[in-house]
Amino acid sequence: MAHLARLDVDDELKETLAGQLSDILDYIDTLKDVNVDGVTPVSGAAFMNNVLREDKQEPSPGPDVTLANAPERDQDFYVVPNVVK
Amino acid sequence: MAFEPVIGLEVHAQLKTKTKIFCSCSTAFGKSPNANTCPVCTGMPGVLPVLNKQAVTFAIKAGLATNCTINRESRFDRKNYFYPDLPKGYQISQFAMPIAEHGFLDIEADGTEKRIGITRIHMEEDAGKLIHDPLRGKSMVDLNRTGVPLIEIVSEPDLRTASQAGAYLRKLHAILKYIDVCDGNMEQGSFRCDANVSLRPVGQEKFGTRTELKNLNSFKNVEKAILYEIQRQTYVLEEGGEVIQETRLWDPTKNRSASMRGKEEAHDYRYFPDPDLVPLIVDDAWIQDVRAGMPELPEEKKQRFITAYNLSEYDAAVLTADLDMANFFEQTITPLKNIKQAANWIMTTLMGMLNAKAIEISESPVSAHEFSKLLGLLESSRINANAAKTVFEQMIETGQDPESIVKEKGLEQVSDQGELEGMVDEIIQENPDEVQAYRDGKTKLFSFFMGQVMKKTRGKADPKVVTPMLKSKL
Repeated sequence: MAHLARLDVDDELKETLAGQLSDILDYIDTLKDVNVDGVTPVSGAAFMNNVLREDKQEPSPGPDVTLANAPERDQDFYVVPNVVK
Repeated sequence: MAFEPVIGLEVHAQLKTKTKIFCSCSTAFGKSPNANTCPVCTGMPGVLPVLNKQAVTFAIKAGLATNCTINRESRFDRKNYFYPDLPKGYQISQFAMPIAEHGFLDIEADGTEKRIGITRIHMEEDAGKLIHDPLRGKSMVDLNRTGVPLIEIVSEPDLRTASQAGAYLRKLHAILKYIDVCDGNMEQGSFRCDANVSLRPVGQEKFGTRTELKNLNSFKNVEKAILYEIQRQTYVLEEGGEVIQETRLWDPTKNRSASMRGKEEAHDYRYFPDPDLVPLIVDDAWIQDVRAGMPELPEEKKQRFITAYNLSEYDAAVLTADLDMANFFEQTITPLKNIKQAANWIMTTLMGMLNAKAIEISESPVSAHEFSKLLGLLESSRINANAAKTVFEQMIETGQDPESIVKEKGLEQVSDQGELEGMVDEIIQENPDEVQAYRDGKTKLFSFFMGQVMKKTRGKADPKVVTPMLKSKL
C-alpha cells in the first residue's frame, strides 16, 4: 500500500500501520451486526440531490501541473510500462 | 442443424458538451497531450466531481428520441478496473439506476419492418488514450479524453441479421445527429459500437454463448464483422465445437476478427455507488423543457417531405437519412419550382459524386446555394440537362459559379425560334431518305433528327422548342 500511495514508510512504521489498518477493518466489520431490515438503501451520506454545474469551460492547468508527479514523462505524455500483452 | 443468430449492440456516443462530465476542462478533440486535464479528471486525491447539467439534458433528449422512459431518479456508480487509461482506478458510470430505460427504434431491413428494443441508456465518463511503444516496452498516456461525457445505448438482443444491425445503427446515428447531442464522427470515435453475437438452434429459446466484437469503426465494418462472426460460430458449432465467450477485435484490413485474449478473464467490476456524487432527480419540468426543444426527428421529416414536397416514400427516406443531406435538399429547393427535378439531381448526380469521392455531404465542394443556382439555370431553360452536367463537373473542379461557367463555355441553350427553324429545315433537306422513312411510319427515327439538331447546336438546342417544331415539319 505504501508503494501504491508513493509513500516512503520505514519498516518500523510499516509494522505499526499494518496493525492499525487491521484494527480499522475489524471495526468496520461491526457494521455487519446492524439490523437494516426495512431501511431504504442510500448511496451516500450527503442527503441531498442534484448538485450540478453549468457547461462552462474553465482554463485547465495544463500538462505541467498534471504531470508534476508523474514517475516518468515523455514530452506531455505520462509514460507507463507497456500494458499490451 | 440450422442456427439463428442473436445480436445485441452497445453504442457509446460522445455528448456534444463544451466541458467534461465532472469538471470544467474542454472536450475539444485534437489538443496536445494532457492539455485538457485537471486534478478532477486525472483523479487526484481529495477532488470532487460535479455533474455537468448539459450532459444530463443531452442524455434525456437521447432517451426521449429513442422512446425511452426517463427515470426520475438515477445514480452514479464506480466501475472498478485497473488500466492506465483511467487514472482513478475506476470509471464513473451508471449501473443499478440508469437515466433512461425501455425504449425502442423501428427499423427497416431485409424488406421488412422490425421493432428493436432499447434496454437502457446510461451516462458515463470516457477513458483516456494510450499509445503503445512496444520497442521501448512503454505506453504513452494522454488523458484529454478522460472524463468526456458519454451515453451508452444498449439494445435488446432483438437483431437477427447483420443488415438489421446496420439499419439499427444507422437509424440511431441519424437520430443522435438530428437531436444534436453527438457529432456522430465514427473515425474520431464520437460514435462507437460493440456487437454481441451468439447462435442458437432455430426454435430454441435459450441463448448460446456470445462473443463481443470490438473496433467496429464504420457501419460497413459492423455488418462485415457480424457476418464473419456468424460464419465463424456456425463453423465451430457444425464441427461439434463450442463457442468460447471472448472479446474479438475486428481487423478491417484483413476482413477478419481475432481473439483479444487467449483466455477470457471473468470481469468483476465491483460496482458500488459513488459516494462523491449525489442522486440525480429529473422532474417533469426538466423533461417537458427538453421535449419542447426537441427538433423534427428523421421519421417526422420523412413524412413532411412526402406531404409537403410530394416526394415518394423512397426519395423522402433517402433525403432524410442524414440531417445534413436533408438540410442541403431544403436549402437547394428554396428558390426552385421543380422539386422533383432537384430531388433527382441530388440523389443521382450529387450523391454519385459524393460516393465517388467517398466524402460526406458536409464536405461537398459544391454548396447548396451554388447547386440551387445550377438547377435554376436548368429550370429556366437557360441550359439543358447535358450542359448542366458539364457545368456541375466544372463546379466541382474549379469551384466556379455556374453562371460564369455557362458564359465562359458558351453552354447557353439555343431557344431562338428563327435560328432553330433554319437548322431544322436544313436537316430535313439533307436527309431525304430518313424523312421519307419517318413519314412511312418509322417514328423511331425521331431521335435521329433530334440528334442532328443537337449536333448542329453542339448539344445546346432546347428540346422543348425543337420537339414540337420537328414534329410539325416532319
